[in-house]
Amino acid sequence: MFRKTLMAAAAVFALGNTAEAATEITWWHAMDGALGGVVDQITADFNASQSDYHLVAVNKGGYEDTMTAGIAAFRAKNQPNIIQIFDAGAATIINAKGAVKPVQDLLEENNVKFDINDYIPGVRYFYADSDGKMIGMPFNSSTPLLYYNKEALAKAGVDVPKTWQEFEEAAPKLKEAGYIALAQSHSPWIFFENFMSRHNLQMATANNGYDSTDVEILYNNEALKDHWQHVKDWKDAGYYGYYGRAWGANQDAFVQQQVAMWIGSSGSFGGLRKSAQFDFGTSTLPYWKGVGDAPKSTFIGGASLFAFSGHSAEEDAGVAAFFQFLTKPETQYYWHKETGYVPITNAAYELAKKDGYYKESPDAEVGIQQLSEEGGDWTKGYRLGFYVQIREVIYREVDKIMNGEETVDAAFNTIEEEANGLLKRFNDTYSN
Amino acid sequence: MKRVQFEHSAVPYLFIAPQILIISIFFLWPAAQAVYQSFLLEDAFGMSSQFVWFRNFEDVLSSASWSRSAIFTVIFSVLVAVISIAISLFLAVRADEVIRGAKSYRTLLMWGYAIAPPVAGLLGNMMFNPLMGDLYKAFNSFGFEFNHIQNANDAAFVVILIAVWKQVSVNFIFFLSGLQGIPKSVQEAATLDCKSAERRFWTITFPLLAPTTFFLLVINLTYAFFETFGIIDVSTKGSPGGATATLVYKVYVDGFIGADLGGSSAQSVLLMIMVSVLTVFQFRFIERKVHY
Repeated sequence: MFRKTLMAAAAVFALGNTAEAATEITWWHAMDGALGGVVDQITADFNASQSDYHLVAVNKGGYEDTMTAGIAAFRAKNQPNIIQIFDAGAATIINAKGAVKPVQDLLEENNVKFDINDYIPGVRYFYADSDGKMIGMPFNSSTPLLYYNKEALAKAGVDVPKTWQEFEEAAPKLKEAGYIALAQSHSPWIFFENFMSRHNLQMATANNGYDSTDVEILYNNEALKDHWQHVKDWKDAGYYGYYGRAWGANQDAFVQQQVAMWIGSSGSFGGLRKSAQFDFGTSTLPYWKGVGDAPKSTFIGGASLFAFSGHSAEEDAGVAAFFQFLTKPETQYYWHKETGYVPITNAAYELAKKDGYYKESPDAEVGIQQLSEEGGDWTKGYRLGFYVQIREVIYREVDKIMNGEETVDAAFNTIEEEANGLLKRFNDTYSN
Repeated sequence: MKRVQFEHSAVPYLFIAPQILIISIFFLWPAAQAVYQSFLLEDAFGMSSQFVWFRNFEDVLSSASWSRSAIFTVIFSVLVAVISIAISLFLAVRADEVIRGAKSYRTLLMWGYAIAPPVAGLLGNMMFNPLMGDLYKAFNSFGFEFNHIQNANDAAFVVILIAVWKQVSVNFIFFLSGLQGIPKSVQEAATLDCKSAERRFWTITFPLLAPTTFFLLVINLTYAFFETFGIIDVSTKGSPGGATATLVYKVYVDGFIGADLGGSSAQSVLLMIMVSVLTVFQFRFIERKVHY
């Protein structure tokens, strides 16, 4: 009896040992709901594909929560191997010298073939340093798109507007048909950052912030102010629905067919397909004809994966193996199909084309087409510190423009002043 | 006169030691950290930091959004405390008079106590949802042009309403037990002397409830300052235009969302000072009027 127990114990011990032989790597991400399910599937696929590493993916809430959790863990020297950081937080983590291991170094050290030109132009340099070295691995990459209710547009007898000039012609007809013409879900991202990119306007000094942290914001310009004056006028005329700063509230207005067109993320596609009880299509982000040299490609939005420093070489090798798996065309194609995020490599895009995915659902291609449009000097991206707070300032001032508390001019002066104050603080914090 | 001196013993210190330990770990230490951080400019990941004296405080105090938030916090806190104390006092007096079904009424009135602030915020959020909220529709059907998404006063009304609703049941419990602590003989004597129930309330009952009321005032102001954070985060997120961002909410946004440790530490130190001053003020000037 005693011997049997001993043998059983030995067997359990041995089993435990083999399980431990796989190096565990952890990944904190911000993908919940349906997206979280896809992340879990990719994780399981990676674990099944090899036996050296065991990846554990943990959802830490939204983008901000995940970043905060990562910061707290890093300060407590308990950081995960991989963390997902969103576009606006990129400057915070990249400028904290030594907090992360550049993804390009990590891959090259572990003999994973890396060529930045394998990535589609839109994502290539967004998370790179000023020398073009890739620091963060682009992950869920999205871009703002126009979604339209086909029935509403047919009822009003209008076509999908490509430009804001066309929108101004269509809006009264949509109003007559009983719809508010437009809403959008993210003022800073859609109507500030991507406005600049779409029109190829410089967003900040020092090469949009890539060259230095000593920068000033260039939002206070006539083109952008003029756009917001129009938005305000549209709202007052009943062509534009402002449902506050919450993403969901504006999307709901479209889903419930109060609003005929809505600008959201290319990543919203999968969710909308489930919630909208009507036929909808997607189109590119409208632009002002004659402003800047529009249309140019938009910025990549979404988030990327960073490899925290301070882990063993063995664990870092696991991270490299996972990144290799993640950028495989098959994985990217699966991710693209399930979520609507764009594929980040040319090979994955080719695979999707070859597979006939865009013949079957042409709307899924609009995002990547928009990102593949001709680029300009100011369409690569931006790298601005405390940008999360700058977005807060924008949200706040947009509220004030919309409720008439402030004029467009006054709001933009405040945005410029406060944003530059924050950028100066960031520079003072990070430059030495 | 000679003061009586008792023999000192270590035993009482032993008894308060666990409490002191808890306060030190969970309050004094973090508070000291916040004071220290407020003098630093440090990157979020702690890779580099520099001592900058009062730079963070200067930046905070010169910011228009901080002043707006400070003013809102004071107005918000006073309104939440006064309104929720008034409503719960009224309810407690009424519930104290009820004889039939007293237990059920009291239980129902206490129910809200079990609800966490973020849940209260979520409930409020649903009721005021412009697309499907019942209260939103009700207000607008009466002809108010109610729109808390865009109108600062309407938004303030929403957060105050939720915060008060959440706090009424807590106050109710204290007032009810306070009322039941008033001796029956005193009340009966008062009834013989004075016919007017209202006068009896203001001359007998309310003064006897003064210690409870004072305690609740302190508790409610602290609640409005700090605990309403969850309500605001879930319902308005400080919008429109920062009109409903309390100071605590701003500390959270700048520190946790924005990763500006120095700036948000300076804000929390200022908040600590404000609340300390307020508490000292309450104890020095209001407590004098309270008779135990």
